[in-house]
Formats: sequence, structure tokens, C-alpha cells
Amino acid sequence: MANSSCSDVKVLGAWPSPFVMRVRIALNIKSVKYEFLEETIGSKSQLLLQSNPVYKKIPVLIHGGKSISESLIIVQYIDEVWSSGPSILPSDPYDRAIERFWAAYVDDKFFPSMQLINTAQGEEKAAKVEQVTEGLVLLEEAFQKSSKGKAFFGGDRIGFLDIALGPMLGWLRAIDKMGGVKLLDEVKTPGLVQWVESFCADGAVKGVIPDIEKLLEILEKMKGN
Amino acid sequence: MAEVKLFRTWSSTFALRIVWALEVKGIEYDMIYEDLSNKSSMLLQYNPVYKKVPVLLHKGKPISESFVILEYIEETWTSKTPSLLPGDPYQRAMARFWAKFGDDKILPLIWEAFIKQGKDQEEALIAAHENLKYLEVELRGKKFLGGETVGFADLTFGWLANLVSVFEEVAGVTLIDHEKFPLLLTWMKNFMDAPKIRETWPPRDKLINKYRALRETLIAKEPK
Repeated sequence: MANSSCSDVKVLGAWPSPFVMRVRIALNIKSVKYEFLEETIGSKSQLLLQSNPVYKKIPVLIHGGKSISESLIIVQYIDEVWSSGPSILPSDPYDRAIERFWAAYVDDKFFPSMQLINTAQGEEKAAKVEQVTEGLVLLEEAFQKSSKGKAFFGGDRIGFLDIALGPMLGWLRAIDKMGGVKLLDEVKTPGLVQWVESFCADGAVKGVIPDIEKLLEILEKMKGN
Repeated sequence: MAEVKLFRTWSSTFALRIVWALEVKGIEYDMIYEDLSNKSSMLLQYNPVYKKVPVLLHKGKPISESFVILEYIEETWTSKTPSLLPGDPYQRAMARFWAKFGDDKILPLIWEAFIKQGKDQEEALIAAHENLKYLEVELRGKKFLGGETVGFADLTFGWLANLVSVFEEVAGVTLIDHEKFPLLLTWMKNFMDAPKIRETWPPRDKLINKYRALRETLIAKEPK
């Protein structure tokens, strides 16, 4: 349980960012209170530029005056600092490697493939849909192997890979609801379909990933409706 | 036969990171050389997602992606020194941050500067230097990024130590100059000569030939 006061831990971010969501979920798992400093879209605060001069991007975790950037690095930091709380990474080195591998896959391949899918048209959209679907099939396989019949990649509780992928699929299920595509498919990816619901309903996630209606609002705005 | 096998190519900088980690920690392993134009069925089986090297096989279980493998080595052989990551969580986060920064920024920009010409090359060099400044600052007061001994970030930046001079010779351009980056150049020399590391460098003339051919091919493909 964290003894530090709320002001000791700050998160610089914006609520829609799936990367920021990862950090907030991790802090919630550890029951760490934090101050959420929201950046205005389109401008970067002095604090952001000071605390992440290399990338100038959110999320940034500021803990006891020290800044840490890059969401998956932040999540591992949170796991290691608040070590008395529920573990985020599994204890076995091989299981940790598998989760790290797929988390990196989400960042390196899967998330980029999701970009602009909801605003794409025609052939371009079809190509993007195929790419994302291929990625989901791989992640479904990974889920089946990792979860071993339990609710999450991490087993009974959400863990590192759940946190890495959850916000992405939280958004994806909103994209699906917009119509025109069905990316999360009960036939092709039954495990993930169930998993994303369980993830979004989890105590540490609720309030970080808004209701699907709010996500749809943002998506509609992006589409220019 | 060692319980650890490493799939590599003779020149892969990513696979070399793993060679270094295993050598520096004194872990016994067998090397399996791949020809990426004719990948073995083993490689395809062990790394179906990326079909690339390096792959570490430990007691029959495969691990891919160099950063993931390095963390695995660190966490599995806990009695083998030196540690690649410090004990303090903030210092660990910093080591991981710099390593990621190297692959996200430095590697692609140096590569751009190597394969391009004219204005494109100039722009890539400017961007590379902008980013290398952070590394130069990080090296103040340190022999290695890991401190007294090589650490996680040193291994991931290690490619700078031998490839920069190869690229400079092939492209006929200075990529990292002495005046702007004295600490970085000292680090490169220290890493080049570090124990266990100095025996692992691929033959320089073979690298020159490889990268010369690659650069020529890429330049020929550029739209005029």
C-alpha cells in the first residue's frame, strides 16, 4: 500500500490515449493515488517539455520529482516500486518474456496497424482491416496459450500484457460499434471478445477506459461527423 | 551440448547484443548461424511472428526480440555477474528508456544518414546529432552507460562502436565527429575494447563489403 501522498505521484497525459490508460490502470492495480494532469490536445505544457524532453510525449509519470517516460517502461517501474501490491508481471522469467514479447508486438506492429482504420476508405480500409484481423488472430492464439482457460492473459488477475493490449482493444470495440467493420469477431477471436469485456469491467480499469458511448463520441468527431 | 542455443547471423547487430550478454555473464551456449535468404525450419518454428534473429532457445523454449531476450537472461541467470540492470527501479527505468531511445531514434537516423545522399543525408545527420546529444550528456562521469561495467543500454548501443566507422568508410562521410561528441567516441572505444566483447566483432572487411553492396543497391533503387 502506498504511503506517499497524492502529490508525490503525477501522471501527465490525456484520457483518450491508450498509452496513458496503461499507466493509470497500473497505478490503480497498486492502489496508488496520483494527480492526473491533463494535457490540452494540440499544445504541450512546460511540464511535459521539461519532464520528457527527448520525446515530448505523454504519458509521463512523475514520482518524487523524477520523470519516467514510455508507457511500458512506466508500467514496469510501477510494478517494481510498489512491489508489495499485486504483481503486474508474472514471476517466472519465461512467462515474463512471453508477456514482454507480445506487449512489444502490440506497440511495434498491432497498434500501428490500427491507425486511421476508422477514417480509411475503400481499398485502403480493406487492407487495414486485413492487417488488424491478422494481428488479432495472433493475439487470440497468444491469449489461449497464456490464459490457460482463465479470464486474463495474466491468469485470474490482469497483468502486464492485459494492460498493454486492453486499452487498444477497448478502443477497437468502439470502432466495431461504429459499423462498417467487425474486427473483434466471436468466431475468429472468441477469447479476445470475452477478454475485452472482462478487462473493461475490472475494478482497476473502470473509470480509466470510459463507457463505449463516450469513445464513440470521440470517434465520430474524428470522422468529421 | 549447452542448454542454451542462440540463432544468429554473422553480422546481425541485434544478435550480437545477445552474444555479448552471454559472453559477459559467462553463460555457456551454442551458436546456430542462419542464412536469412534461406531460413531454417527451426527458425521459422521458433520465431513464427517475425522469422528473424536473434532467437534464444533455453531448455527447448524459444524467446525472440533482443530486449526481451536480454531481460530474460538477466532474470534467469541471477547468480551470473555482472548485472545488466541496476537494482534501483528508477535507474532500471532509465536504462530501459535509453535502450529504447537508441532503437527508436539513433539507429534509424544513423541508417538514414548512411543510405541517403545529398540533402536527405544532411537532414538525417542533423536529426541524428540532435538525438545523439542526449547520449553525450548521459555519458558524463561514466565509463559505460551501466557505470563501471557494461549494462543493458551499453549492449543495445554497442553497434555504434564498430558500425559507425564501417558506415563512415563506405559512405565517405563523418557521422559522429570528435568535436561534438568526445564522450560518445570515448565510450565507443571503451566498448570496442571491453573484455569478452572485443573477441566477438564480425570481420571488418566482410562488413565493409556487405554494407557497400547494400548501400549501392539501395541508392540504385532511389527515385531520381
